[in-house]
Amino acid sequence: MHFNTGYRADAELLARRVGEIFTGYDAVVMPSGSCAAMVREWYPTLGVEPPSGVYELSEFLVDVLGVVDVGAYFPHTVTYHPTCHSLRSLRVGTRPEKLLSAVRGLKLLPLGGADECCGFGGTFSVKNPAVSAAMCTDKVRNVLDTGAEVLCAADNSCLMHIGGTMRRQRAGVRTMHLAQILASTEEEPA
Amino acid sequence: MSTRDQILAKVRAALADVPADERPEDVAVPRDYQRSRAGTDIVDLLIDRLVDYKAVVHHTASAAVGAAGHADASGVADAVVARLLVARGGRIGAPVGVPEEWLEGVDAVRDDPVLPAAELDALDGVVTGCALAIAETGTIVLDGSPDQGRRALTLVPDHHLCVVRLDQIVRTVPEALARLDPSRPLTWISGPSATSDIELDRVEGVHGPRTLEVVII
Amino acid sequence: MTGARARGAGATGVSGTFVGMPAFPIASAKAVGDSQLRHNLHKATHTIRGKRAAVVGEQPDWTELRAAGAAIKNRVLRHLDVYLEQLEAAVVKAGGHVHWAADAAEANRIVTALVKATGETEVVKVKSMATQEIELNEALADAGITAYETDLAELIVQLGDDRPSHILVPAIHRNRAEIREIFQRSMSEWGRPAPADLADDPPALAEAARLHLRERFLAAKVGISGANFAVAETGTLVVLESEGNGRMCLTLPETLISVVGIEKLVPTWQDLEVFMQTLPRSSTGERMNPYTSMWTGAAEGQEFHLVLLDNGRTDVLADQVGRQALRCIRCSACLNVCPVYERAGGHAYGSVYPGPIGAILTPQLRGMSSELDESLPYASTLCGACYDVCPVEINIPEVLLDLRAKVAAAGGKGHRVERLAMAGARRVLESPGLLKAGQRAAGRFRRLTPRRLPGPLAGWTDTRDIPAPPPQSFREWWERNR
Repeated sequence: MHFNTGYRADAELLARRVGEIFTGYDAVVMPSGSCAAMVREWYPTLGVEPPSGVYELSEFLVDVLGVVDVGAYFPHTVTYHPTCHSLRSLRVGTRPEKLLSAVRGLKLLPLGGADECCGFGGTFSVKNPAVSAAMCTDKVRNVLDTGAEVLCAADNSCLMHIGGTMRRQRAGVRTMHLAQILASTEEEPA
Repeated sequence: MSTRDQILAKVRAALADVPADERPEDVAVPRDYQRSRAGTDIVDLLIDRLVDYKAVVHHTASAAVGAAGHADASGVADAVVARLLVARGGRIGAPVGVPEEWLEGVDAVRDDPVLPAAELDALDGVVTGCALAIAETGTIVLDGSPDQGRRALTLVPDHHLCVVRLDQIVRTVPEALARLDPSRPLTWISGPSATSDIELDRVEGVHGPRTLEVVII
Repeated sequence: MTGARARGAGATGVSGTFVGMPAFPIASAKAVGDSQLRHNLHKATHTIRGKRAAVVGEQPDWTELRAAGAAIKNRVLRHLDVYLEQLEAAVVKAGGHVHWAADAAEANRIVTALVKATGETEVVKVKSMATQEIELNEALADAGITAYETDLAELIVQLGDDRPSHILVPAIHRNRAEIREIFQRSMSEWGRPAPADLADDPPALAEAARLHLRERFLAAKVGISGANFAVAETGTLVVLESEGNGRMCLTLPETLISVVGIEKLVPTWQDLEVFMQTLPRSSTGERMNPYTSMWTGAAEGQEFHLVLLDNGRTDVLADQVGRQALRCIRCSACLNVCPVYERAGGHAYGSVYPGPIGAILTPQLRGMSSELDESLPYASTLCGACYDVCPVEINIPEVLLDLRAKVAAAGGKGHRVERLAMAGARRVLESPGLLKAGQRAAGRFRRLTPRRLPGPLAGWTDTRDIPAPPPQSFREWWERNR
């Protein structure tokens, strides 16, 4: 947020703090495409060495652990929004869809205009609320067109944005993070 | 200090981060794109791409089959060009270097002396050769040689019939640029005049010739 | 930014106060409310996106061409002085005249004087971003010279007394019905009137433009153009177009004046082999545009003048991050994929360069002294679609972020509040104790989550709910379950 809004000195302090806390681990798993992209892509711009072994969740599961089927159970229709930074910065590709497709009971429905931004953009959503809301309205329309019960993404900021809009519109679609669905089992359903 | 020198000085000041001993060629340009390519027969490819742009295409190799009896292939081709022009009718402009055989039976006028703009506008069509054709993009390039004439000649009339020899066809854009002479005025033509200015929807036919007819000989 | 605002505009007004630069937010909010504009832009940008994707997809070496294009432009920019002198020498050798203009006023003076020297009071123009940038038409009009725009879209803009809203298709905000109305209303004021029974299908509209401009072309004595490329090695200028109006303006007049930005150079003739592949596919989504003219110096006995334009470009060049914006070949692919441009429209960017490239080029060319120019680096969600399609690999998000840092550091009027908020947030995020306390409090009082936020954050709650904080934070869950 600080970096994306132009406050580099604040951003640098936070980046150093993250660097101190997360150095020395084999893997640092981030359940957010934008956070992983910030660390890997932009820490060097701030003059901060990114901690090694930073992975976005789906990268870690598929590439590092070599797992596609995590043994989850989620008997619902789901559509997946591939967030911008996962898609175009990290290039996670179809890893999240592979993970979701392996979930028992889950039916994955394709999302129209999936690669289009939801309009969040951090402080963009309050600096340019009209355009941001217009983008999200179109995103929500695409989500509703799928008929899915659940909208899934691997970034809470986008989920907060789309989810906040859907709740205001009483759209009746739940938003869930990829991790929540993958953690759902028959014994402990999400 | 002239504006020229001021601008050059500003450019040099702006580039203070560039090492003084760096030469332009020290900036690496990776050229691992394809300069030539293998693939579909280039004549078929050219025809496909021209048709895609709504150009009218004739290939005299096939026309020659219908005209059995002519032993001389180039004679057949010349006759095909003349026949197409006669069939179309009207008054046809021609640059000085176009062979007389293309104009047999045609109401033709040579651009010599140079025709005034109003007379060009009154022509029904124009016939020329070309410098080369690019198969992949369906492009014909004119370079103002005697069989192509000056640029206005192929611009003002509403119909342009262009003759392409097989040996003038290249596959790719890089192959074309390597063959062209930059000191000549060049016109690259890919289909008839068109616009996408209304709702980004392509429409053929604005200011240039609305019909492009290509004869491959 | 004065006076009371109705509820709809209030949100942007408040957020304008927050950021201290209302220009883009307010102009774009207006566009968002215009359903006809939204429809026109959606239709046009989605049409061209599909076409571009198809012709780029069939080019097997696209990635390599893109890398080569970026590198060629980098070479030019890093040695621009050398290449400018080389170009000048080559043009002069081929019988052309070269003029240098430091800014818009000087360029306009040069062109006006050149036209006056011919004794003509009318000129025909090929679509050119550089001449729009310097507002040449207005300068010529002040000198009693009428400039006729001949590109169909420019004609629509000129006849409609409108402003361009797209680099390639300046009338993209107009649909066919609106264009028909403009032609019927205004063609007669400029020349041959539109046919009385003019239909609103694109072929009929194109035909009307053909007839309207025909005599103008045939009578023109002076043509004015820009150029897509200028080859330093040979002095060759290159103009890509579709309609044939470019060929008309470049070849029929006795005098040709081309106004070209100093960044339009490529080093060698061979370098065109890259851009002649990437530009048409990126801009109109065609394998090749219908017409390209290439000429060197005084072609076919024409009087030729090249005006080399700085107008802020050397300032952009001096910025090592922002410099890459000068690689731009004006294809407009970034506009066509931009979700913000699609909703905001081109006018909201307040410049002849709209969309993502405009958001980084305009503030650099003009300097960030106005509220509008300061707001442009924030006119993006940083989604990265622009960078993906750019045929010369301009990392637009990187430049946007760099410009944002400059805006924040300069600390415009609204930035004091924002700076305090950012510093406060940073302190909470830095401190595990504060963060933990905040999360716990939020979880405890989650039923009190407000429906509306005050002040600058109202921009969020106008259309979205605030998520209720979870009953327990991840931190708490982890402590219990690890």
